[in-house]
Amino acid sequence: MSSTQVEQLQGVVIRFAGDSGDGMQLTGDRFTAETASLGNDLSTLPNFPAEIRAPQGTLPGVSSFQLHFAQDRVLTPGDRPDVLVAMNPAALKANLGDLPRGATIVVDTDAFGKRNLAKVGYASNPLEDDTLESWHVHGLPLTSITVEALGDFDLTRKEKERAKNMFALGLLSWLYTRPLQGTRAFLKAKFAKNPEILEANLTALMAGYHYGETTEDFAHRYEVAPATMPPGRYRNITGNTATAYGLAAAAQRSGLPLVLGTYPITPASDILHALSGLKRYGVTTVQAEDEIAGVGIALGASFGGALGVTSTSGPGLALKAETIGLAVATELPLVVIDVQRGGPSTGLPTKTEQADLLQALYGRNGESPVAVIAPATPSGCFDAALEAVRIATQYRTPVILLSDGYLANGSEPWQIPEVAELPDLRVEFATEPNATDAKGRPAFHPYVRDPETLARPWAVPGTKGLEHRIGGIEKADGTGEISYDPDNHDLMVRLRAAKIARIADTIPDLAVDDPDGDAEVLILGWGSTYGPIASAVRDVRLAGMKVAQAHLTHLNPMPSNTGDVLRRYRRVIVPEMNMGQLALLLRGTYLVDVQSHTQVRGLPFTSSDLADVIAAAVVGDAPKTVDPDDTGALDDGADDLPADDAPVAAPNESGANA
Amino acid sequence: MTTIDLGFPGSGGTHGVPRLAPDALPQTKKDFTSDQEVRWCPGCGDYAILAAVQSFLPSLGLARENIVFVSGIGCASRFPYYLDTFGMHSIHGRAPSIATGLAVAREDLSVWVVTGDGDALSIGGNHLIHALRRNVNMTILLFNNRIYGLTKGQYSPTSAEGLVTKSSPLGSVDRPFNPISLALGAGGTFVARTMDSDRAHLTATLKAAAEHRGTSFVEIYQNCPIFNDGAFELIKDHEQAQARLMHLVHDQPVRVGDHHVVIRDHHDGFEVVGQRSADASRIVVHDAHAEDPSQAFALSQLDGPEMTHVPMGVFRAVSRPTYDDQVRGQVAGAVAARGGRADDSDLGSLLAGKDTWTVS
Repeated sequence: MSSTQVEQLQGVVIRFAGDSGDGMQLTGDRFTAETASLGNDLSTLPNFPAEIRAPQGTLPGVSSFQLHFAQDRVLTPGDRPDVLVAMNPAALKANLGDLPRGATIVVDTDAFGKRNLAKVGYASNPLEDDTLESWHVHGLPLTSITVEALGDFDLTRKEKERAKNMFALGLLSWLYTRPLQGTRAFLKAKFAKNPEILEANLTALMAGYHYGETTEDFAHRYEVAPATMPPGRYRNITGNTATAYGLAAAAQRSGLPLVLGTYPITPASDILHALSGLKRYGVTTVQAEDEIAGVGIALGASFGGALGVTSTSGPGLALKAETIGLAVATELPLVVIDVQRGGPSTGLPTKTEQADLLQALYGRNGESPVAVIAPATPSGCFDAALEAVRIATQYRTPVILLSDGYLANGSEPWQIPEVAELPDLRVEFATEPNATDAKGRPAFHPYVRDPETLARPWAVPGTKGLEHRIGGIEKADGTGEISYDPDNHDLMVRLRAAKIARIADTIPDLAVDDPDGDAEVLILGWGSTYGPIASAVRDVRLAGMKVAQAHLTHLNPMPSNTGDVLRRYRRVIVPEMNMGQLALLLRGTYLVDVQSHTQVRGLPFTSSDLADVIAAAVVGDAPKTVDPDDTGALDDGADDLPADDAPVAAPNESGANA
Repeated sequence: MTTIDLGFPGSGGTHGVPRLAPDALPQTKKDFTSDQEVRWCPGCGDYAILAAVQSFLPSLGLARENIVFVSGIGCASRFPYYLDTFGMHSIHGRAPSIATGLAVAREDLSVWVVTGDGDALSIGGNHLIHALRRNVNMTILLFNNRIYGLTKGQYSPTSAEGLVTKSSPLGSVDRPFNPISLALGAGGTFVARTMDSDRAHLTATLKAAAEHRGTSFVEIYQNCPIFNDGAFELIKDHEQAQARLMHLVHDQPVRVGDHHVVIRDHHDGFEVVGQRSADASRIVVHDAHAEDPSQAFALSQLDGPEMTHVPMGVFRAVSRPTYDDQVRGQVAGAVAARGGRADDSDLGSLLAGKDTWTVS
């Protein structure tokens, strides 16, 4: 046994990186589960290429999984890893730029042969020259030790090599004193039908663990004490799973069947996968022929009195636009999940972005208002799904839920809610005629509205006496007959808008976190930027500065007090992973000169970058300000990009004037 | 009205849809006629189809509120407004997908789609073929007038090559679809053709289509008197029809007019010969129930731009499990396997998953 010292750490950021076929996502998932079971708070960020198997050993093929765990509140997956596990030269090269000096690097030396080095343009072996002199490098022949450990197994060399990710997991589990029971149970379930592969994986896992214990390569191992979190029962959950579970819970709480009509698209497909396994919860999934059919099926189901849901990502939302417009006109409930990714067009399918906000609000012909909500965290997707169903069914309207790639695949601990405390979503269908016809007989008028919500009745086929026709042609107020009357159209456009505006009566005020109540700078975000913003705010406050934070989860309508909150602060900063879409809305709606801070790199903000932006605003000498005379310039532009690896300078109007 | 029986056993197309009580007053055409003023052009073939549908629906014996008509965009798609059932006039080409969602969600509805050649075969082609492939329990009525009417006269995907229209002043160079061949190729389980002006045949075809469980596809030749008048004149004219109209009746020889039959020629093709001179062993007997759709497809291909021979009737009617029944079956199976729909305690277990920890 080694006489390794155990050192206590506040928190650690680990990044596992390898070829997309190396099993890095699985390794990360398992390490996360081990960490969760120890009671650390955590946050994860998978990052993988769109290609399922990009050419082996190349930079485009690098897949990584980052995990941040700590003994206090974790708000982001971490800006920069303390530890990088690199399975080959490509993984090293692709990630080295993110590594702070002094960080630890664990590499598989077996993968550093001439060919692999050449593939990524290393002229000499970085393990042998001075490339890595600023980091702690642990080079070990991961592949050959794994193969050796599996010497007795009746497996090909290739199969044995494949278990090297388990060896790495075992080693890291030893290094950070993580328990292995969970992973062992997981492997037993996963490979129940293949005992030889199961034993090989278990052996590799334990071999890695014992390697740490018996070699003297590692002078320290580390412990991270459990975090202080509110008492309760927890699990770890990703945004996509939380979305799917939220929808299933909504079906249960409403007592309605749920029909998901959808077409597979990254990064939304996991919602389909999860829901297709929840048939017992009254969930039907239809994998449609295309995006348009997906939403058509959902709308048809809604017409029939089910919860119609469709899930997609940005390009799919574009295709669904016309049908969402039909749902606006027919005033039927419809939930549209958009897991945003980098755009335009195919863009960056596996990367995150928030650039569908304006598409969600305005991406349809005509005046076509819909409700838009956006969860702030992976577990928040659960509540957002329930809220989407509440608004859709209560107001008979499409609701677009804007998740994104970061929330969808990222995970965090979630305090498991009590089912009985979830919102009551029961709905009432129309059952009786609500009018009389010209001859004084009972009749049903589909566009007679509830005076409070302005919603029209949900009158489902099969209800005697309520036969009626709806459709995309403008309808007469009340009777629902086709109407081309100019005044009626003006009225209907305004009624549809007023109905959406009234949703604000049922949503909470925008809460502001301003501990002393005297901050002059407000940082306002929406959606998945919550974690990096909150983390940056915490750092700035620790440095003694005052800053207020608020976060929008309802984007249309916004909370009633939004304008008041914005006007209360001398300066309002709005960070977004787009070119300033919320900023445009806030300026247009509230006439407040918000300062937009943007990044569109397919990656979440780092909290340190945001902390710099906030700090600069607080001390009053922001590095760049929006020219007050140039109201069209919303974006600070290229100056916002990190100096070291800015991809392409963003087109920047204000930069020239600043 | 004369009725003809096409000879198909009812196969449960409306199974599960509530029927009128036996002692209820019988429904009439009036019960299915809405109070909306019909706004098609005078002389439009759609009037005849509407009258036939309104007259036919009572005979299904279904509760009116359990019948739903879904349409897309085009002249034909105004249809639902004129029927006093539930209805949705949706968007261009998408009616089959909306009807699919409705049929999946509601076993107790009789779902109908009304569409046209542009709606179904151009902008909505994808949804049409996938509805047919899946065999969702619904009846699709495709009004084929071989022209775009609502947009005032451009050529459609069924317009003949060379047709001069507003958008093809030198003649269309688009090759038309044969809707029957397309439906058969997509795996349609019920594929039929009928005509607006033949009320008896139209009604019989509607009846057979409604009784079929699965996607019933009915192409209805419909005259547009404004933009493509006389498109079907060759088969509407009694004398011409004698030489051109081919009658498909299950288990009967395929006849042309009253005096000719179709035989297999020596190259395994078709030949039309006088009934009296026909070699009885080579007469083609129509088998709409054949699992192999080859003969039905070959017959559908006889219909060319010259309308030399135009087959009418049910090309194919075979039984295959429907998509919506199977989807509901999977849900019901999953519910039954665990002794009922999930309750709050099941939901609690789902949310918790297998890997939890407690902070006290």
